Amino acid sequence: MKIALLSDIHANLPAFDACLEHARAHGAQQFALLGDLVGYGADPGAVLDRAMQLTGAGALAVRGNHDDAALAPPATAQNLGDQSAQWTGPHLQEHHRAFLAGLPLTARMGPDALLVHASADGPERWHYVTDGNAAERSMAAATHVDPAIRYVFSGHVHEQALYFLTPTAKLMRFSPQPGVPVPVPPHRQWLAIVGSCGQPRDGDVRAMYALFDEDAATLTFHRVPYDHLAAAAAVRASGLPSFFADRLEKGR
Amino acid sequence: MKLLDPGTEIDGFVVHECIHAGGMAHIYRVGYASAARDPGFTMAMKIPRMTAGDGAENIVSFEVELTILPTLSGPHVPRFVAAGDLIRLPYLVMEYVEGHTLQHWIDTHERGDALADAAAIARLGGAVAIAAHSIHQQNVCHLDLKPANVLLRADGSAVLLDFGLSCHAHYPDLLAEEMRKAVGSPAWIAPEQVVGVRGDLRSDIFAIGVMLYEMATGELPFGAPATQGGLRQRLWMTPAPPRQHRPGLPEWLQEIILRCLEPEAAQRYPTAAHLAFDLTNPDQVPITERGRRLRGPGVRAHLKRWIKAAGMHYQPSPLPERQIAEVPLLMVAVPHNDVTDATLYSLREAVARSLGIRPGARLACVTVISPGASSTSDSARSETTLHRQHLARLKQWASGLDLTGHAASYHVLEASDVAQALVRYAEGNRVGMMILGAATHGLQLQRFIDTVPIRVARDAPCTVILVKQQLPFEQLHSATSAAA
Repeated sequence: MKIALLSDIHANLPAFDACLEHARAHGAQQFALLGDLVGYGADPGAVLDRAMQLTGAGALAVRGNHDDAALAPPATAQNLGDQSAQWTGPHLQEHHRAFLAGLPLTARMGPDALLVHASADGPERWHYVTDGNAAERSMAAATHVDPAIRYVFSGHVHEQALYFLTPTAKLMRFSPQPGVPVPVPPHRQWLAIVGSCGQPRDGDVRAMYALFDEDAATLTFHRVPYDHLAAAAAVRASGLPSFFADRLEKGR
Repeated sequence: MKLLDPGTEIDGFVVHECIHAGGMAHIYRVGYASAARDPGFTMAMKIPRMTAGDGAENIVSFEVELTILPTLSGPHVPRFVAAGDLIRLPYLVMEYVEGHTLQHWIDTHERGDALADAAAIARLGGAVAIAAHSIHQQNVCHLDLKPANVLLRADGSAVLLDFGLSCHAHYPDLLAEEMRKAVGSPAWIAPEQVVGVRGDLRSDIFAIGVMLYEMATGELPFGAPATQGGLRQRLWMTPAPPRQHRPGLPEWLQEIILRCLEPEAAQRYPTAAHLAFDLTNPDQVPITERGRRLRGPGVRAHLKRWIKAAGMHYQPSPLPERQIAEVPLLMVAVPHNDVTDATLYSLREAVARSLGIRPGARLACVTVISPGASSTSDSARSETTLHRQHLARLKQWASGLDLTGHAASYHVLEASDVAQALVRYAEGNRVGMMILGAATHGLQLQRFIDTVPIRVARDAPCTVILVKQQLPFEQLHSATSAAA
């Protein structure tokens, strides 16, 4: 089965839809949402409706730090994230809030995969997995949960990366080439950061997700063009800080 | 590891005799158990040695080959057939290619004590370079090229074997962590591999240089060092020139070999296609001191290089497909009849621009003449005289180009079908980009038949730039006369 892994959708409906469509066209039969469904973007309600449809049809989903923040926005905004949460909170309806609050921090997918928004090493502390050492801690924590785990799929960091376990128990970082299926045989352990669907920050405006082919044991990282100008315009019209719109226009 | 008995069945394959029992793997000839599945070629099964005594590295390199071989295609690699599960039953089934290894060729020639002539060496080296270029175009660097891993087919082409130490630019490098110690075969490994840089196609060019050296002299340029210190020598050392071993060797061959063996990757041929080009056009190789010398650099020169090597900064390797695209073999088709000055001028401008943004690109200036043009009786129209005239014209045309940092060569092809001749030349020389005039070679007929530019653009295996005449010479002229 092919499973599409999407993370950091950040209330960006055009990006979310474009990735879902791309994934279905490439044979995705199931979906996994790796957290941060909301925050920064202008369409939290619509994105959550889609997400609930998907989970209703069997998709897995985990909670991210922005989902948490939207449920309990801080009284005073210290940073852009807080401002975004203050805007998002009141825009959620009760069933949205219930859905987000009900999401787990980690989820098992099949016999050998673990989904977590940031790091399996203290999922509620939202550690950034930006290098081999951080990836090693997350992988070790996942292995501690169950030694059968071969794959950890995460987001939180907005750049796509694949970490692989070498024979000397070190995790090496690899920058994947979009569109190329990378063999990820299950006799090794792999930690994949699928990148951000709704808020790319690497200078490329296209949305990101990854497609996991269980049977072939390959993982394909994708970049999908979407109407990022429409998404930015929606942010501007919503009253959110215009910086979030600039970001979508530049991919930074 | 125990040998399998003939007749054993594995996943639908019947094992026949063992054809190779090496330190890393056993190789058997195999067939399908069911005759209906016959692939139309002989197959071989490789089973890695993975008993308790065998190293982890062995398993990893088998995994690397298992990952990379299925991605490769073309006549220069054995066709991939099937692979077994690495944990349950590791094996690899591929095409069994008939032929002898280059090692066999070297052994035979050394035993006979009659070293091969330069032309034969160039032919073999060219075949290996073309095979290497073919996998580089697929973003794979072999990184363990040596005579035992090169198979020569009866038609003279080469097939590369054993991708256990290879590197695919788009896959995680499972051997990357072994970086601190050099991965590869000590006699052929490139300096940058010694310090752990993997994935540079120019490392393969270095290895081909070592093989050429071996074929030409019967010696290994750096010996077969057994220690890390011995390996590091090649970071700065220039080997004894081949002509020191064999003074009769032509300068062009030494020039080519020593360029492959430059310690700095950037000083070597930028791609294997460039190397193959020189090996197939020996008369066009510009000879420098490198080709002429009969002794290696002295102690002082080596000391300087040693100091330089000590502070050398190794750049990350360029992506093979990008390196090939950035330093292409550029070909320009220069017409010789029915051609205006304006066309020749525009063509030269286009070439200058293309060379300007591609440092190191090599330029082949080609003109096609009709086979009927020469005459055996009239000496002024004899074949050699005609060729000389056309070569002089080409050189004169190119003299307006700044060719600093670019190798250039000139070729007169004789053919009645111009388009076909150009396309074949591009194919045969792995040309990356061809420039020709859009309006030359029969503009008047453009609407009615496939003209040369149209056919070339359609059939060429590379990028084709069609140049339109830029300066409206005629209009300039009429404007001047109108003003007067």
